[in-house]
Amino acid sequence: MERILFGDNQFFAVNHISDEKSRMQSIKFKDDNAIIKTLDEARSFGINTFMCTTHDRIANICNVIRDNPEKYKDFKILPCMPYAHKYANAVTELGIADTLKQYVPGNFLGSLFKGGIAFLSKDYLSIMELLVDAEMKMFKGIDTPVIFLQNVITDLFLGLRADEILVAFYHYVKKKYNADAGFITMNMPKLLDVLEKGGIQNPIICSSINKVGFRMSGGKQIYEDYLRTRKFRAVAMQVLGGGAIAPKEAIEYVCNLPNIESILFGASSKANIQNTIENIQYFDSK
Amino acid sequence: MIKVALIGAGKMGISHLSILGAHPDVELVGVCDTSKMVLDFLSKYSGFNCFTDYQKMIAEVNPQAVFVAVPTKLHYSIIKDLLNRNIHVFAEKPFCLTSVQGDELIKLAESRKLYTQVGYHNKFVGTFNEVKRIVNSGALGSINHFTAEAYGPVVIRPKQETWRSDPSEGGGCLLDYASHVIDLVNDILSPVSIVKGSLLKSIYSKNVEDAVYSLLQLSNNVSGVLAVNWSDETNRKMSTSITINGMKGKVISDANELKVFLKSSSGVVGYTKGWNIKYITDLTPKVDFYLRGEEYSAQIDYFINVLAGKAPNTINTFKSAWYTDKAIELIKESAK
Repeated sequence: MERILFGDNQFFAVNHISDEKSRMQSIKFKDDNAIIKTLDEARSFGINTFMCTTHDRIANICNVIRDNPEKYKDFKILPCMPYAHKYANAVTELGIADTLKQYVPGNFLGSLFKGGIAFLSKDYLSIMELLVDAEMKMFKGIDTPVIFLQNVITDLFLGLRADEILVAFYHYVKKKYNADAGFITMNMPKLLDVLEKGGIQNPIICSSINKVGFRMSGGKQIYEDYLRTRKFRAVAMQVLGGGAIAPKEAIEYVCNLPNIESILFGASSKANIQNTIENIQYFDSK
Repeated sequence: MIKVALIGAGKMGISHLSILGAHPDVELVGVCDTSKMVLDFLSKYSGFNCFTDYQKMIAEVNPQAVFVAVPTKLHYSIIKDLLNRNIHVFAEKPFCLTSVQGDELIKLAESRKLYTQVGYHNKFVGTFNEVKRIVNSGALGSINHFTAEAYGPVVIRPKQETWRSDPSEGGGCLLDYASHVIDLVNDILSPVSIVKGSLLKSIYSKNVEDAVYSLLQLSNNVSGVLAVNWSDETNRKMSTSITINGMKGKVISDANELKVFLKSSSGVVGYTKGWNIKYITDLTPKVDFYLRGEEYSAQIDYFINVLAGKAPNTINTFKSAWYTDKAIELIKESAK
């Protein structure tokens, strides 16, 4: 993976410290053109990887990328699935079973429910695979070397001890999409232990890593210990602690940690994109 | 290890299960639900002992505490049964459909010296705790008004009816969304004692209200406005906020950001004259396992600590949730 990955929170009004800022972002990125413009600004500084959720609007962005093959020749997308609010809202409305019926393509589930027999392990894995395929549809023809599972799903299964599903996701995206699986989590140490136990060596794990210890479950110390002593491909997100840490100080901390393969960040303005990239390059070179 | 079981593995129940599953002091002894698909999953992958009949589960696995996350209509009878079997209870919010039912359960739990908690998770959000600390410090002076709000995108088109759209089962914006906001006001300021008038508005739903607008008076005589709308898709997810106006200052807070204006230096550490901004990043409780927000883990940590005798049973008790049920009744009455 490239050293710097460009994220998409700003496009979809995800802001961890301010509802006001979130509203402003929602206004700024109302049109898909505004998203493309910002992606192009990031590209102008050499960032060629966009890590994004499988939000409906990303389908439009993918169309633009497919329609301009020359312009986006080396451009990569790292999909993060699923866009959880879509499912969460559906579960509130329909319950778990009917939500799956709505989102799993074909009549696989319908026939399962009709059968009235016990659900087998392979049935759940089939459901997982069908859902992954549904989310991947919009990326057809685009280079997606890593496919991430969103933290709410990774951590839900982690807590439920359904490790097998996480391992099955890893193998499925390898087999079907020739991609590496990535796992976003708010519980990095616990997840690494579980993935290793499931036979996954050197997994890609994206987690909050920042100077103030924000969303680093179990504490900053254990994260630093794992980075120092364990083998995995770490992606640092929320490096600015949601914007609460001064940018220079925040980047300096992350760049000085061992074993961080990539840094994920998002920004709305050209100046902030440039600033963050320059900070990373400056501290990397030191 | 504390032996815990859960009844109702729906949206909140599954979330609780995951947090409980990762908790080092919890032995999850049983899960009860009506969905075959969910139960088969949980027994195959999680190795949980699953049941479709909660009474059978209790008899077999003998839990010390049970999480109840079934539709609100079922709370009263199930919780009463659990208390009668000397089991500690964590219930999802709202507590009961009537204050009479709640009253009975409070007395029963007290007589049996059982620990109780209701899942009003905003009590474990760092910014709101800080609001309470500032109010209690007296830095705002005498309080003259509050505005308590929540907006979000739950019902944004006419849609399929579920228990959430049935008022007799605990559906509607008042019991679901507004209860959180009322509970926050009760806790930070004082319990609602009089409702001067309310508008319960249906926007997309046929049988329940999608918005609640109400004028509230609290037992300390402070009055203010409640404005809650779950049909507002300009918010990506539920956004709860509280504004408190005092003679010496003002607080505006949501779950992420706290803004405090003081007319003069207050003596409260960390706050000076004029605007002061604090973020959740500085105020959030640290947790060992994170699923959807620190507050969901923190409330479970707290309940487990209470059961282990490490914390007093003072936050989100049945009694505090009863004040919210009572306010909901008053609002319904005033809207007639």
